[in-house]
Amino acid sequence: MHATQVLAVVIGQQVVPARAQMATTLGFHIILACFGIAFPTVVLVAEFRGLSRSDEVAMLLARRWSQVLGVLVAVGAVTGTVLSFEMGLLWPGLMRTYGAVLGVPFGFEGIFFFLEAIFTGIYLYGWQRLPGWMHFYTGIPIAVTGLGGAVAVMAANSWMNQPGGFTLSHGKVVSVDPWQVFFNKATVYETPHMILAAYMVVGFLVAAVYAAGILRGHRDRYHRLGFGIPFTIAAILTPIQIFVGDTAARAIAAQQPVKFAAIEYVTRTGRDVPEYLGGFYVNGKVYFGLKIPYADSLLVGFKPSTKVTGLNSVAPAGRPPAITLIHLSFDAMIGLAFLLLLAGLWALWIWWRRRALPRQQWFWWLAVACGPAALVAMECGWIVTEVGRQPWVVYQLMTTAQAATANGGVIGSLTAVIVLYAVLGVATVVILRMLARRWRRGPDAGPEAGVPYGPPAQHRAPTGRDPA
Amino acid sequence: MITGVVGGILLAGLTLYAALGGADFGGGLWDLLAGGDQRGRAPRQLIDDTITPVWEANHVWLIFILVIFWTAFPPAFAAVMTAAALPLWLAAFGIVLRGAGFAFRKEVETVQWQRLSGAAFAFSSLIVPFFLGTVIGAIASGRVPASPAHADLAVWTGPTSLLIGALFVAVCGYLAATFLTREASRRSDDRLRRYFALRAAVAGAVSGLLSLATLVEIHSSNPALFHGLTHRALPLVIVSAACGLAVIASLATGRSQALRPLSVLGVAAVVWGWGVAQYPALLPGTGLTLTTGAAPHSILVTVVVVFVAAAVLVGPSFLLLFSLHGRQLLEGESHAEKG
Repeated sequence: MHATQVLAVVIGQQVVPARAQMATTLGFHIILACFGIAFPTVVLVAEFRGLSRSDEVAMLLARRWSQVLGVLVAVGAVTGTVLSFEMGLLWPGLMRTYGAVLGVPFGFEGIFFFLEAIFTGIYLYGWQRLPGWMHFYTGIPIAVTGLGGAVAVMAANSWMNQPGGFTLSHGKVVSVDPWQVFFNKATVYETPHMILAAYMVVGFLVAAVYAAGILRGHRDRYHRLGFGIPFTIAAILTPIQIFVGDTAARAIAAQQPVKFAAIEYVTRTGRDVPEYLGGFYVNGKVYFGLKIPYADSLLVGFKPSTKVTGLNSVAPAGRPPAITLIHLSFDAMIGLAFLLLLAGLWALWIWWRRRALPRQQWFWWLAVACGPAALVAMECGWIVTEVGRQPWVVYQLMTTAQAATANGGVIGSLTAVIVLYAVLGVATVVILRMLARRWRRGPDAGPEAGVPYGPPAQHRAPTGRDPA
Repeated sequence: MITGVVGGILLAGLTLYAALGGADFGGGLWDLLAGGDQRGRAPRQLIDDTITPVWEANHVWLIFILVIFWTAFPPAFAAVMTAAALPLWLAAFGIVLRGAGFAFRKEVETVQWQRLSGAAFAFSSLIVPFFLGTVIGAIASGRVPASPAHADLAVWTGPTSLLIGALFVAVCGYLAATFLTREASRRSDDRLRRYFALRAAVAGAVSGLLSLATLVEIHSSNPALFHGLTHRALPLVIVSAACGLAVIASLATGRSQALRPLSVLGVAAVVWGWGVAQYPALLPGTGLTLTTGAAPHSILVTVVVVFVAAAVLVGPSFLLLFSLHGRQLLEGESHAEKG
């Protein structure tokens, strides 16, 4: 082994807890980021409907959703800050060498985040005193900058998968082409994949809340609309997402063949490569997997003779760890995507037949399941892309071990993060449930009036009589 | 040349974070010290009203500073993040507790939960500026090595660091109290105006004393910086002292119109005084200067472009937010429920 590599292994002792901490904080923050990216659009659709059709139920939903958005954006703002700190605290090696390059997309992200935070402040607290349409327009920048921020952050992540746009000399970056950094080869598929995922996660999760209400027998218009708006958005995007994901997988087969080999259990480079559904990968063998002959070659190149690169193309040290985890996460993502597609297609079929929401009890159970399903699929996708890139942090240029801090005590910060985020996650869910309970108590308990702060209700609001 | 411009951008970000974010932190400090549920209700109410719609936007300045720092001066960023890892972790955790505590306090119903989340918000408002201050102190006293292998307690626990940590807390309290005095007087609430005027004067006096102590301490910990502060940056030091005295004078006479601009100018003069005095050193005591520690030229150009874009887009948006907030268009109903 090369001397610097030996050194990297020695000083990289913190790499495992550092990765675990990054995974915990990123996996947590990404849920809130989804809400930051996509939820404003959902709220605005409801407000638009409320304003343009004088639809009081839609207005009530928009106002309540924006209160939920307020909580989630606040938590997302601070968990996002932790990630900015972690870039330096956990990965000083990465920042020392590539900080300047990574700064390009993050600089633009900063502008988007600023605008998002400013207009969120205006929108959330302008419900009472800003006139109707003007209030609606102050929400548009939130939706737009949410997209812009997602594009910028995904540019940074996809750059780590397909680095380019800079020249190295003696291990130092000497010149950078910001344009090429931002629009690297992976960003064209990673960015739409994540943005669509954000809309699906938010759409299916919010819809699931109202599907649960409908299951409990609240089939009133409030619940139907609360289900219908987010579910429609998410269901329309699902087939597009499946297409984008399929394209992305083929691009990864070409650009990051070892990651692809891990995803598909391709041990040896060859033609006529089978596809495995499920199964465990132990010492180059697949156990309990459902083998479909030729399918992997067909998916990659549309004919069985397509050559697919295997894990044997690189030395064991160059292969990702936890290949079973990568493969099963990928399979779970795809399986869940088709479950989401099924739910959308059924609703479409019934709507086409009867112009109404489905009546079948099983559909509503499925709709409830779609919320967590979309969330799990999104997290699985992140496991695939992040674990699959290992051992590299910047693909084929810097290993994660070289990037990691040499500071001891990452176990300490990891423990603190796990405790803090567990409390934060539970508290967020409890508080959202508390809000829902308050709303259900109805006008006598003074639903919105009882809220000590937050977007108030009286002015343009309907009387607050809750159909629930 | 361009490295100086980028250094200036970093200072501008620091100034805005200190002035805007600092006041929000200070609000938390006064919230912490406001006393029991009954006694503390009115000041807490005013603090909450002034922070609510703006704190997230003000908070983004911190992220802006971090990004500009790592983009323009990557080796120095990596050095600070390695050597002063502990206070930065504590600050990051404090930021999480603070934001979450503040947001949750509005939504929880029972007084106990409001107290608990309010305490998380208020206590972390104290520790975040303190630990960020110790990191600035570590840099200013020249204790951050150019390429540290490990974190080191000695880096950020020197007297300069501890003094600057305390100074940050005091300045946050000072800014918040002057802003709140102005706000109370705009609402013609004379009781609250006097309440916060007293606190502004005390915090201002403490900040002044801590500044002097820091200056004396820097004389021994970083003589070059002391020389800069008493020569090249002397006008700025004088401006900040004059602003502080003017604020205390107008607090004593009950005039509140000029409080905000004066207190912000005073704090800005301190930030820029530090920058001017330390120029061109990036990490004093190491070879890293604005020039030797800088990223490639095209990146610095990008940073300037991003800053100009931010100024053009973010500036007017901030003005819109602040003016709507100032005209009380972003306020909810009476917060009578608050225990």
